[in-house]
Amino acid sequence: MADIAFLLNGAPVRIADAAPTRTLLDWLREDRGLTGTKEGCNEGDCGACTVMVTDGRGARALNACILFLPQLDGRAVRSIEGIAAPDGTLHPVQQAMIDHHGSQCGFCTPGFVVSMATAHLNGRTDHDDALAGNLCRCTGYAPIVRAARAAETAPVPPHLHDAPAFILAEVSSGGEAREGRGGQTAPLSAPRDLDAFADWYAANPDATLIAGATDVGLWVNKDFRDLGTVAFLGGLTDLQRIDHHGTGGRGDTLRIGAGVTVADLLTAMRPLHPSFAELLRRYGSDQVRNAATIGGNIANGSPIGDGPPALIAIGATLHLRQGAARREMPLEDFFLDYRRQDRRPGEFVEAVTIPAAAPALRCYKLSKRFDQDISAVCGCFNVTLDGGVVTAARIAFGGMAGTPKRAAAVEVALVGQPLTPAVAAALKPAFAEDFTPLSDMRASAAYRLEAAANMAIRYAHDMAGTPVSVLGVRA
Amino acid sequence: MTAGRALPHDAAPLHVTGQARYIDDVPSPGTALHLAFGLSTIAHGAITGMDLSAVRAAPGVVAVLSADDLPDMPDCSPSAHDEPLLAVGAVHYLGQPVFLVIAESHLAARRAARLGKITYVERPAILTVDEALAANSRFESGPVVWARGDAASAIAAAPHVVEGRMEVGGQEHFYLEGQVALALPQEGGDMVVMSSTQHPTEVQHKVAHALHLPMSAVRVEVRRMGGGFGGKESQGNALAIACALAARATGRPARMRYDRDDDMMITGKRHDLAILYRAGFDGAGRLLGLEFTHLVRCGWSQDLSLPVADRAMLHADNCYHLPAVRIESHRLRTNTQSATAFRGFGGPQGMVGIERVIDHVAHALKRDPLEVRRANFYRAAAERPGVSPPDPQDISAKMNEGGYQTTHYHMPVEDFIGHEIVAALEASADYRARRAAVAVWNAANGVLKKGIALTPVKFGISFTLTWLNQAGALVHVYQDGSVALNHGGTEMGQGLFQKVAQVAAGVFGLEADAVKITATDTAKVPNTSATAASSGADLNGMAARVAAEAIRDRMADHLAERHQARAADVVFAGGRVRVAGADYSFAEAAAMAYQARVSLSSTGFYRTPRIVWDRIRGTGRPFFYFAYGAAVTEVVIDTLTGENRILRTDILHDTGTSLNPAIDIGQIEGAYVQGAGWLTTEELVWDGKGRLATHAPSTYKIPACSDRPEVFNVTLWGRENREDTVGKSKAVGEPPFMLGISALMALSDAVAACGDGSVYPALDAPATPERVLMAVKRVRGDV
Repeated sequence: MADIAFLLNGAPVRIADAAPTRTLLDWLREDRGLTGTKEGCNEGDCGACTVMVTDGRGARALNACILFLPQLDGRAVRSIEGIAAPDGTLHPVQQAMIDHHGSQCGFCTPGFVVSMATAHLNGRTDHDDALAGNLCRCTGYAPIVRAARAAETAPVPPHLHDAPAFILAEVSSGGEAREGRGGQTAPLSAPRDLDAFADWYAANPDATLIAGATDVGLWVNKDFRDLGTVAFLGGLTDLQRIDHHGTGGRGDTLRIGAGVTVADLLTAMRPLHPSFAELLRRYGSDQVRNAATIGGNIANGSPIGDGPPALIAIGATLHLRQGAARREMPLEDFFLDYRRQDRRPGEFVEAVTIPAAAPALRCYKLSKRFDQDISAVCGCFNVTLDGGVVTAARIAFGGMAGTPKRAAAVEVALVGQPLTPAVAAALKPAFAEDFTPLSDMRASAAYRLEAAANMAIRYAHDMAGTPVSVLGVRA
Repeated sequence: MTAGRALPHDAAPLHVTGQARYIDDVPSPGTALHLAFGLSTIAHGAITGMDLSAVRAAPGVVAVLSADDLPDMPDCSPSAHDEPLLAVGAVHYLGQPVFLVIAESHLAARRAARLGKITYVERPAILTVDEALAANSRFESGPVVWARGDAASAIAAAPHVVEGRMEVGGQEHFYLEGQVALALPQEGGDMVVMSSTQHPTEVQHKVAHALHLPMSAVRVEVRRMGGGFGGKESQGNALAIACALAARATGRPARMRYDRDDDMMITGKRHDLAILYRAGFDGAGRLLGLEFTHLVRCGWSQDLSLPVADRAMLHADNCYHLPAVRIESHRLRTNTQSATAFRGFGGPQGMVGIERVIDHVAHALKRDPLEVRRANFYRAAAERPGVSPPDPQDISAKMNEGGYQTTHYHMPVEDFIGHEIVAALEASADYRARRAAVAVWNAANGVLKKGIALTPVKFGISFTLTWLNQAGALVHVYQDGSVALNHGGTEMGQGLFQKVAQVAAGVFGLEADAVKITATDTAKVPNTSATAASSGADLNGMAARVAAEAIRDRMADHLAERHQARAADVVFAGGRVRVAGADYSFAEAAAMAYQARVSLSSTGFYRTPRIVWDRIRGTGRPFFYFAYGAAVTEVVIDTLTGENRILRTDILHDTGTSLNPAIDIGQIEGAYVQGAGWLTTEELVWDGKGRLATHAPSTYKIPACSDRPEVFNVTLWGRENREDTVGKSKAVGEPPFMLGISALMALSDAVAACGDGSVYPALDAPATPERVLMAVKRVRGDV
């Protein structure tokens, strides 16, 4: 049980006995009677429960169904009920949604409006990306995007700038002191100091670490899993940094803290690794990227996470920490087997380091739907070319094995050859040597193998400047 | 005129502020109970034991019910009484409710529902249509066959023949608001039920039956649904009945909503099917003889499968005159969720079959599919009937004395405007030039290929169960001039309430917002039909007009008498009532009528004229009229992965004289995207044990924002319905769904561009990247 405090629609709220896994959605609807925020899926995939959460880093849209109350400590929350001005004046996106017939059944509408208001606040005009996490079954989205465009130039209503950092600091009850206070079933830790956390976790290796809760939320909502002791990592600002090391040359590296959200990583990758950024643009949705962390994506060990294949192809080094002890390894070595990683009790992912430059890096995500879908196959290619000949190759795949995995035989077969479509096409047997994928609801094994091998052909075309993405084609 | 204006949805200000109330938002007393079903974990088997002790002992559990506790098991079926609320003795699909948990909270009920220990003796599960066909596992004694002419002989004599088999996937409704109900016990054993249902009368009927009450003791109220799409025509019955049972047993309010995964595991979806076809045709692509076999997967219970499969047969012609045709429809019983109504109600499945045939024929002849479509169109309504000789093979010449061409079910096609719509769209979408440009683009691109297709829609409007084509309304004018409107239709987002309010307001010469829209309520308007078959505005708009006109005429009579004028000269317009030089506000006129003891309340009733249908023989006029439309879709595919996208869509669609163009365009845009989703990204996958593997939005992918066409031009045809419908409008809910077929045909065109023309793509649906890649390999001979 936890003491937490936050702003709700501009007014301070203190909760003395929040169960650590009580979701904001349930609390809003059941405890506060604020029923505008809807439950559509209870797993973060539909956006009907979208809320705006503001802290020192700004305002972002999050899914309230997989957002636990302790994650809100010291932040400001706006539900749909707090989007219009206190005097009832509609927000420009609300008025535009009416004017452009953006609602039909209306059930998804509050979530859309909150996403739109958040994007509007942040000056975003990439509406398809901002709304990729909001599903609508009635409108076909066209009128919603028309509404979003129409509201672009309207000023931000002043009441939405409601959370300057000093106010948030004031409402926060401060995390550290509460650790191990001991609730009925689940003692809570919400550390602010990384060293103290490292020691605590080393002493409490069975604790469940929660960063963005985009996966843990499902363990709770769908599997009713008892998390035991939990620690919320959102207050560990030392883990949320991206540090550039070097002097601007080819050997520069980036050290990415484990607590960096996928959204922040996406921003950082855009100028450095645009193809990785494009992959991250299609990682979950805005709501998910705003919560999910790269450390969580790695530590989770999922064979279908999109971060690891790209990071492995880039040549990432993983930094692990256990108390004061640190070690590092090539990222690919971390993944031992299905859902089994080289992580010791009490050890956690602290950061990942990647080269700042990888001009030949290309990342390909294959899924049934372009946005907010899990990859059937995620293929990432990174070669070194010398006079047109491949001299080194790092190629990694997700969705093709029990772990994110390098295509070792493919790499060997490719080195020493020119990077041409014909050479790539001849790599098929090497793919069959590297991978024995599964059939599941996303794709058959045969298709996975074929598409993965074809991605090598795509890579050769892509590096030659041939258009290879249907996303780049216009009517 | 209020009707015809592009007014926003009446609840839009409530939607955008979160104030619009759905059933789970309705506050209930703290004493309310929450329910959840425990589900079967196998697809087929006898129940040999049930240990529910852990369920009963779970925190917050008040009671647990199973078949052992309900000797008189309520039935949930809308048709054949074959859906016990809880499994009795055996389970017939994986996900079937077996026991009911009644608990103090939603979460407590859900958690406890996982704790049941049920033992089974497994029986072989029939999962596919082929397995069902082999086992003769079906509804009805055999296939339904409708035939006109001698298709086999016509095919045998035809210069060219194509044949094939197409798999067409089902579709999850994915209404954003899951199934939900709330029962409030009343004095004397009466029950009030709030249900997210398209069919309040059926919920009333089923709850009354379960509680052994007359229907008059059960009141069902529906303010709005968070989406329905057919998925709330029958699938909400179980929750309403369960809540009513729990409320009666405990005397406490009871509420139930399905978690999304439960919703997808328990409830029915669009029928998937296999379509086998054989077509004989001439050098111009004219279909001389055609045979279809529909293998329709109905799931474990009958539900609405018979009329759905009928409607698939009824739309096997789409816009094309089929001189000799035989359709054989098998309604197959499988150990899967019971497939149910879904926008189009079988029509899309029938229509995609004939569009596939046309596409195949065009490919065989190396012609533009649009030419082949035109070559087979029904004769234009504009061409005077009787000019051409009657169809010699038409055995129904008697019912078609006008000389129109008739459908395969012998209904004269009197209103065919496909030629005009397609010609207009062909021009506005620049189809010919773009088709040429696509060919040029394809020649220059190796990895990516484009495709383009134009497909038409002709969709029959009316319930095929003829008696359902009736509606009632109740209108009150209060002494202050305010108006309250109630009718039998339900609001699921389609804007029905707004349209009907515009009709009623127009009768009184008022603005639409002067009419108070109230929740659908079985105590106000009885014996309603489901809001389905696109009929909502046609039926309820007419009924409301009748009711409003009755009141207006009484008011006019009174004022005419008072002013020594003729009632016909009393004018209701602009919120004023004018008669013989006098000019009253509507409120004044209402007050005067009230004081003169004139009744200001009226019911209204409407039944659709001209329809008659014999579903066994497959003959008659099942539809009052047809709604038409056409779409051009351009796509691009990736020949290495099969990934595909819609680039541009142009639509011209017929809604008669629109009651509200904004709402109609919204219906068309939404229906197109939903229809395209059905045929592209939306894939339902069951594993070999009959477990639905795609039971959440994480794995079942409805279109997202960026999946809509980047260029999306939607235009209304804008000409009045030739039949006397409300405001001369046409129904809009379902017909534009089938415009999405153009996306599948455009993908077929793109795949065809990968080969030398010798192999037909034979693209199945949904055209996932995997299926597209397989089709690309097929046309390249690389299988």
